[in-house]
Amino acid sequence: MTRIPFSYSLRNLWARRLTTLFTAGGMAMVVFVFAAVLMLDQGLRQALVQTGSFDNVVVIRKGSETEVQSSLTRDQASLLAAQPQVATGAGGLRLASPEVLVLITLPKRDSGKVSNITVRGVPPQGIVLRPQVRMTGGRMFAAGSNEVVVGRSIARQFQGSELGSLLNFGGREWRVVGQFDAGGSGFDSEIWGDAEQFAQSFRRNDWSSLILRLTDPHSLPALQKAVEADPRLTVEIKREPQFYSDQSEMMSSFISVLGLSLSIIFSIGAIIGAMITMYAAVAQRVGEIGTLRALGFRRSSVLLAFLVESLLLSVLGGVVGVALASTLQAFTISTMNWQSFSELAFGFHLTAGIVIKSLVFAVVMGLLGGFLPALRASRMQIVEALRES
Amino acid sequence: MFFLSLIIRNALRHRLRTALTVLGMVVAVLAFGLLATVVDAWYAGADAASDKRLVTRNATSLVFPLPLTYYPRIRAIDGVQAVSWANWFGGVYKEPKNFFPQFAIEARGYLALYPEFLLSDAEREGFLRDRRGAIVGRKTAELYGLRVGDNITLRGTIYPGNWDFVIRGIYHGARKNTDETQFFFHWDYLNETIKIRIPGRENRIGVYIAEVSDASEIARIARDIDAQFKNASAETLSETEKAFQLGFVAMTEAIVVAIRLVSYLVIFIIMAVMANTMAMTARERTSEYATLRALGFGPAFLHGLIYGESLAIALCGGLLGVVLTFPVAAWVGHILGKFLPVFTVSIETVQMQFIAALLVGFLAAIWPARTAARVNIVNGLRAVA
Amino acid sequence: MSEAQGNTIEHTTAAQAANAMPLVRVHQVVKSYQRGAQRVEVLRGLTLDIQAGEFLALMGPSGSGKSTLLNLIAGIDQPDSGELRVQGQDIGQLSEGDLADWRARNVGFIFQFYNLMPVLNALENVELPLMLTNLSRSERRARAENALALVGLADRMDHYPNELSGGQQQRVAIARALISDPTLIVADEPTGDLDRESAGEILQLMQALNQQLGKTIIMVTHDQRAAEHAQAIMHLEKGVLSSREEVQPRAN
Repeated sequence: MTRIPFSYSLRNLWARRLTTLFTAGGMAMVVFVFAAVLMLDQGLRQALVQTGSFDNVVVIRKGSETEVQSSLTRDQASLLAAQPQVATGAGGLRLASPEVLVLITLPKRDSGKVSNITVRGVPPQGIVLRPQVRMTGGRMFAAGSNEVVVGRSIARQFQGSELGSLLNFGGREWRVVGQFDAGGSGFDSEIWGDAEQFAQSFRRNDWSSLILRLTDPHSLPALQKAVEADPRLTVEIKREPQFYSDQSEMMSSFISVLGLSLSIIFSIGAIIGAMITMYAAVAQRVGEIGTLRALGFRRSSVLLAFLVESLLLSVLGGVVGVALASTLQAFTISTMNWQSFSELAFGFHLTAGIVIKSLVFAVVMGLLGGFLPALRASRMQIVEALRES
Repeated sequence: MFFLSLIIRNALRHRLRTALTVLGMVVAVLAFGLLATVVDAWYAGADAASDKRLVTRNATSLVFPLPLTYYPRIRAIDGVQAVSWANWFGGVYKEPKNFFPQFAIEARGYLALYPEFLLSDAEREGFLRDRRGAIVGRKTAELYGLRVGDNITLRGTIYPGNWDFVIRGIYHGARKNTDETQFFFHWDYLNETIKIRIPGRENRIGVYIAEVSDASEIARIARDIDAQFKNASAETLSETEKAFQLGFVAMTEAIVVAIRLVSYLVIFIIMAVMANTMAMTARERTSEYATLRALGFGPAFLHGLIYGESLAIALCGGLLGVVLTFPVAAWVGHILGKFLPVFTVSIETVQMQFIAALLVGFLAAIWPARTAARVNIVNGLRAVA
Repeated sequence: MSEAQGNTIEHTTAAQAANAMPLVRVHQVVKSYQRGAQRVEVLRGLTLDIQAGEFLALMGPSGSGKSTLLNLIAGIDQPDSGELRVQGQDIGQLSEGDLADWRARNVGFIFQFYNLMPVLNALENVELPLMLTNLSRSERRARAENALALVGLADRMDHYPNELSGGQQQRVAIARALISDPTLIVADEPTGDLDRESAGEILQLMQALNQQLGKTIIMVTHDQRAAEHAQAIMHLEKGVLSSREEVQPRAN
């Protein structure tokens, strides 16, 4: 098809820079919100998926949904650790980590407001099972001591999480001896210490959860079957990544529902903005449209030229919006996860998929906003259009 | 009036453009109002809190219980008029997504402390008499089609096993901001069942609620209660019901902040649209403005024309947006009822919507008005061609 | 370009000799417009032949139908009834899209207000009609440069319309009208917006196109002086042809 030169559309946008700026600016903000929501959801997934590894499983009491609400007796834990599907580590010990989890409240450094923090009592095996945890400051707590280590986002946000300071909970004082980085996962929002010490302080006879390493990642169904057959084991077993992503289902759906409905509502504003701009562009260039048609350009060429103009506008808005959104990667959102009732920090995570989705979203806005004005341009009577020039 | 009719006629010259701008304004003001209402809903629990109720919980965190033995000691504190207690149950109704708050309560005392939960006398008596009885808020009852006399089973997450109840009453809120989604049943039933199912975990209390006789004494009473249990096996933290509720809000503050930011962003977006409309309009009318200047009208007149038109369009959209906020909020409230039990548009929200509309109308006119008032008469007239 | 031009002339004369048809045949054409509540008949059964290679001026008072006639011949408007043939083809019967293609091949336009695209420079404006052909980019460029050189604007190629005088803009428009080597060139008040000196230059340029390149030109004007640059002047009155006068060639 014969096309009106691309530069015609492009330069017309440049010719009315201020209008282009306003319109693309409005679109950029909408794309920014859209991309930010997707990035946040992605960040949340990332945090929770990274929390687990595929060959680890989490065991909790049946129906308890979260580790904090769960309890497993010591007998149950030993029974589970002895299952043949559980891997054996150095020294012939089973790779099984019975853990105790409680929530404590700590004040935030900037606002002084308190939040619920997960405190996890971990036996030595538990650290072996989480290779993604790296010490970034100080050292790992010593087994059997009152030492604790804090996750990266706890260290950043909460009072009393500095190296060497004392935290008071469970009727005892705990010394912070290290800070760790768990690669943006949920563990970054936790405080870790010795499992037995925690159990004593919190007067718990039983464990909260049990983490097991499987010899073969595919042996989970076999393990589940064995457990179901044993009446002493009223437990649920899930793969670690699955367990943690189930944990954030509510937050994730909240973010996507709220974010996407906002994006849709806001995009109406941006589409209207594009429509106003393009209608004005058509009105201003009636004479040019008449001339183009007289020169032999078909209606479809005129339609396309104006659509291209609108699309360029929206792509500009889209690129700026995504660029703005990419700066959000420096920020972290820290909030209470409704399901686990504890603090969870996660970032904005930009992926190629999100960039593409955002640009497609922008292009769709441009198409919707530009179509009617472009149609009007293409429907003009040549003689009348020329008379108006 | 000549001036006003000139403004209105100017606004109606590009009917399509004006209509689109008004529509954009409507959407923006509506979205702004809805977001403000979401934020309000977040704080609804704190707003509805009584200033005469204290909540006492385990100082370490809410997941730790308090012993039943604290009851008489709190009751004995000077200034405490009544004490009751509640445990968060956290059960699942059929599926995890069917969320509503459930509490095991010391029934008689608790209902006396919360007069805002309205029940008929027959329902109240029916509930108090039935050990496995439960009462449920109107919204939750409507959502799941629960009626008085129905059996309901909840799957415990904190307290293992299945729990069977009989609905004995459906409560209504006394005020608009009363939470009508909660589910209450007898703490005694919970405790006795736990004693059998998990011996050793009985006689545990989630929170104590104390009513004080004098609201101005509440801070002192809170300190007295906590002093009473200093160095005990379970230290307490007492705070007003409002502070307790705000504590929850603070934990999800990041979300509230994000929603607030986004609600300002929508105003920015519409500002860009509106400013664009006004700038285009002013540019197209350069020659007219020059003519008016040539005829002897001063810059003040041109300012009046442009600001008038911009404000008229913005307010028109703002008004429509405000009017639409009410039915749309009712609809959204219905959908989000599970998460945000109280969803009402406040007077402040409406005021903010109008202020936002005015602001957008005003700001959008600044640049075009300045340009128009400065237009060079000769060059402006030449632009006629 | 001049070589291509030469070929076209031979081609046109050959076609003419073959069937002795006028280039443009307007037969019993009626055209009316709705103006408010009433219907105004602008052309009332007008008949006219234009031979290939003619330079014809259409004159008449305002409302006489001269511009409407021009629009019909140029294929940007359709008659209510009657026959409108160009090179034997009834353009009144063409569909909207086919008519557009027909214009692209057969008509060059010169407007009163030049109607250049303000966002395109002189060269790009001239090149514009070639976007409708299959020519390569470099070929389009070369032709546009030639055309601009022909109208004496070789040194203004990268200027935008607002950087050119009225006369220069009209030259660009003429180059644009020439570029696709059209069967006929239509000009609607080409000097209406120009001072006398520039107008004279434009008219001489058009004369040159007609005489040296053999272009058929139809020009609407209300300026007698402009009309005298044509070979013949047609007078229209109230929608019909009132007279035709031949212009005596002047020594110029």
